[in-house]
Amino acid sequence: MSYPETYRYTKEHEWVHLENGIATVGITDHAQSELGDIVYVDLPKPGATVQTGQSFGSVESVKAVSDIYAPVAGEVIAANDDLATAPEKLNEDPHGAAWLIRVKVADGTDLGNLMNAADYESYIGAEH
Amino acid sequence: MDATALLRTPLNQTHRALGAKMVDFGGWDMPVQYSGLLDEHHTVRKAVGLFDVSHMGEIEVRGREAARLVDYVTTNAVAKLRDGQAHYSGLLYETGGFVDDILVHKVSAEHFFLCVNAGNQEKDYEHIRAAHQAKGFDCELEYASPRYAQLAIQGPKALEVAQQLTETALAAIRYYWFADGVFAGVPARMARTGYTGEDGFEIYIAPDRAVEVWNAILAAGAASGIKPCGLGARNTLRLEAKMALYGHEIGADITPLEADLAWIVKLDKGEFIGRAALQKQLETGLTRRLAGFEMRGRGIGRDGYKVTIAGEPAGWVTSGSPAPTLGKNIGLCYLPIAHAQPGEKIEIIIRDQPVEAETVPTPFYKRNR
Repeated sequence: MSYPETYRYTKEHEWVHLENGIATVGITDHAQSELGDIVYVDLPKPGATVQTGQSFGSVESVKAVSDIYAPVAGEVIAANDDLATAPEKLNEDPHGAAWLIRVKVADGTDLGNLMNAADYESYIGAEH
Repeated sequence: MDATALLRTPLNQTHRALGAKMVDFGGWDMPVQYSGLLDEHHTVRKAVGLFDVSHMGEIEVRGREAARLVDYVTTNAVAKLRDGQAHYSGLLYETGGFVDDILVHKVSAEHFFLCVNAGNQEKDYEHIRAAHQAKGFDCELEYASPRYAQLAIQGPKALEVAQQLTETALAAIRYYWFADGVFAGVPARMARTGYTGEDGFEIYIAPDRAVEVWNAILAAGAASGIKPCGLGARNTLRLEAKMALYGHEIGADITPLEADLAWIVKLDKGEFIGRAALQKQLETGLTRRLAGFEMRGRGIGRDGYKVTIAGEPAGWVTSGSPAPTLGKNIGLCYLPIAHAQPGEKIEIIIRDQPVEAETVPTPFYKRNR
């Protein structure tokens, strides 16, 4: 699976896509692949606030639990409710339909400290 | 652990070529999954799966008093075994805690074949060697792990697949019996045993023949839908069947009575290591015992999570996971004896939050025979 050029990536394997002050956050294809069959997704409710670098939820596969960390700070305006009943979508379309949350970020939010697609791909290549 | 220091089975390259995801399992570089844990789990329940379990250890005991030594170091009654029969047993310390849980195969009156856990094999051998030395039984002990690879063919279609590869009449081998013969052209010990709760066979062969036997099994099983399966599915399968895993349900500080394994303890068989401690535990009464649970609230109670009852500390989860066959989140935990029976309301502490669960009868899954 390819890593979208317009996304930015964290070392903890989240992606973030910033458009018009709204950041959509998910986990990467690499992350879902490492976790295996995902059976449970725990997300914050709209109205909650998230802080950069802090855990805002968790993803569980059959064999492990993994925290998800916020790549940006702001107010959660939407959580992907489909994942509560169909967590396996995270294995199928982690960069698309299985986004996790949408966050309204402060003006001037800078993603410059995150990796671009090419850097992330070499990062996960180097992990192995 | 440094990847270069991991131990490898003879099938390591085969697993990698099949696209397996490899993990460090107790110092062994082992496949955790190939096609996916859930797919592999369901394949074993509905058809047949193939596991490389060559990391498991083997110890052989031969000689005039081989049975006496095996009986002295294990909890189950060796005298009840017939030639060609196997049983599950405990290897205990004097304290009654587990050195390991093992399979004892009686090849003949003067030859026993023990299958032991990968991570415990050296410790087990040393434990038995010390007992041998102390008692002076007339027999020889062999650390035989380097001479064996082990493949497990598991699932309702295991028999039809395995039978294609041997002239030994496998249907005549009953559950927990075994036979020596030729399998896929290779001298083999074929045991109708397993760690999945399904019918199946565990095949012991020479390591240098493991790749050809593995490939022969996959080819013979193609029409039956066989798939290679990893340790991930092995764990969910054994948990549904409530089979113990060393370091989780059992360990040095847990006795077989506490682990709900009284059926492998034969106190009336005579002296054995740990007998006095178990006898005493029976007299004073157990304080805790293993129990099965199902989550009632949302969440998965996982290994090591704390258990409370009405908010008070009560025990811990030894293994917990989604049960793919049952579509529930299940687990095993230690509880105070008064609560270690089905129907008790308990809470599993998941991320600092108590989540409702209830104790249930075990095993969680039992195949139709």
